[in-house]
Amino acid sequence: MTKEEIEERVRNFLIEELEIEPQKIFPDARLKDDMGIDSLDFVDIVVIVEKVFGFKITPEEMEGVDTYDKFCAYISTKVNNS
Amino acid sequence: MGRRVVVTGMGIWSCIGTDIGEVKESLYSGRSGIGLEPERLEYGFRSTLTGIVPKPELKGLIDRHLRRGLSEEAEYAYMAGRQAFEQAGISNEYLLANEVGCIFGNDSSAKPVIEAHRIMLEKHDTELLGQSFIFQAMNSTVNMNLSTIFHLKGINFSISAACASGGHSIGLAYMFIKNGLQDVVLCGGAQETNLYGMASFDALRAFSKRMDEPAKASRPFDKDRDGLVPSGGAAALVLEDYDHAVARGADIIAEITGYGFSSNGTVAISQPSDEGCVRAMMRAMEDAGITAADIDYINAHATGTPLGDRFEAMALDRLFRGQHALISSTKGHTGHECWMAGASELIYCIIMMQNGFIAPNLNLLNRDECAENINLVTETVETQIDTALSNSFGFGGTNSAIIVKKFKQV
Repeated sequence: MTKEEIEERVRNFLIEELEIEPQKIFPDARLKDDMGIDSLDFVDIVVIVEKVFGFKITPEEMEGVDTYDKFCAYISTKVNNS
Repeated sequence: MGRRVVVTGMGIWSCIGTDIGEVKESLYSGRSGIGLEPERLEYGFRSTLTGIVPKPELKGLIDRHLRRGLSEEAEYAYMAGRQAFEQAGISNEYLLANEVGCIFGNDSSAKPVIEAHRIMLEKHDTELLGQSFIFQAMNSTVNMNLSTIFHLKGINFSISAACASGGHSIGLAYMFIKNGLQDVVLCGGAQETNLYGMASFDALRAFSKRMDEPAKASRPFDKDRDGLVPSGGAAALVLEDYDHAVARGADIIAEITGYGFSSNGTVAISQPSDEGCVRAMMRAMEDAGITAADIDYINAHATGTPLGDRFEAMALDRLFRGQHALISSTKGHTGHECWMAGASELIYCIIMMQNGFIAPNLNLLNRDECAENINLVTETVETQIDTALSNSFGFGGTNSAIIVKKFKQV
């Protein structure tokens, strides 16, 4: 899967499932402060990522992933290394 | 003598209407909210009959973060609560600055439990359940969600008392205000309508199978009744201390003057009791300082089951034979709104009181001999109601009776 395809899927679920306004999604947007993703949202993100990309996020791997582009990069690494 | 407790707001989301005006029209014209849900047969029900309650569209009304924990019945309750606060003139700003309580009747939330179980069977991993199910699956789903969405700071818990849950929630809210512990409480009842919530009730062979005539299936006190029709939705009332309401400049809709409760004390869990019903009604009248002669209208609990209606008729006969009180069960219109019924039926009483009519006991074509001596209304009657009594009875022998009075300045 290309980087662009992954980013499109991530962007889609953020808009469709988490109802984040498209203008709040930009490369260095902070997941918490700019996009309004809270700790309970992360519980749902685990479920959505498993459905969309077929792997399970672990909290350890997510450490330091605090912006949109870091999140997409993390997903991309996981998808392309599996 | 405690403080006077008045109603300053009402809201409803039901199979006979999704606002007070629509419900008034349905009650007056005898419109039934009963329909069929064909997938119930495939699932294994004996009957597809159910109250048809529209799903509220909440997207755009409340933020996803507040919406995600709402169960089906909590969604209904949000819509009803919103209407009740609006009618009471209670704004978000008011709620942020003042203490308002919340007591709701609810006794199941089956759908999220079953859906979560299905995921567990497939994934065997709780981390793949997501965060919503816990807030939807608990019996207190209505209270926890409404108190969060409306920023409520007062009393906050749920009443689980089977089909008397809604009645007892109003009774407790009334007591909290009467005794000076709260000034304003949002109270009511909520009931899920999905098939998961009702399958085990259908197992008791308690539901009507008159599927060829949905609008005629729910027939309380009729000789040919063959069971209840499950239904649901939510009903909410704002109860308030009288002086507080006056100081706020609120419009007063009615006054709650009595709450009665009892437990049957019988051996069988689903066994009705005339004695238990009588004790609840007597206690409510004593609390209100009135006698049977003062009651103008009784909204009976009668659900259309052979046994339940008979025992309530015996109780009504004992207390009200020879009295002028007119009686109907509105479950002919609505089906049995179960955990919600005690609250919705009090609202039906108040709507009738405000508009000078009594809704008929629908589908009462051949009166059962048990009901021969009670003043059942079979057609809409134009009359003034000063005092009404609303009954709700539930499994395990829990009974509630609420007395509501037209508001008068004393």
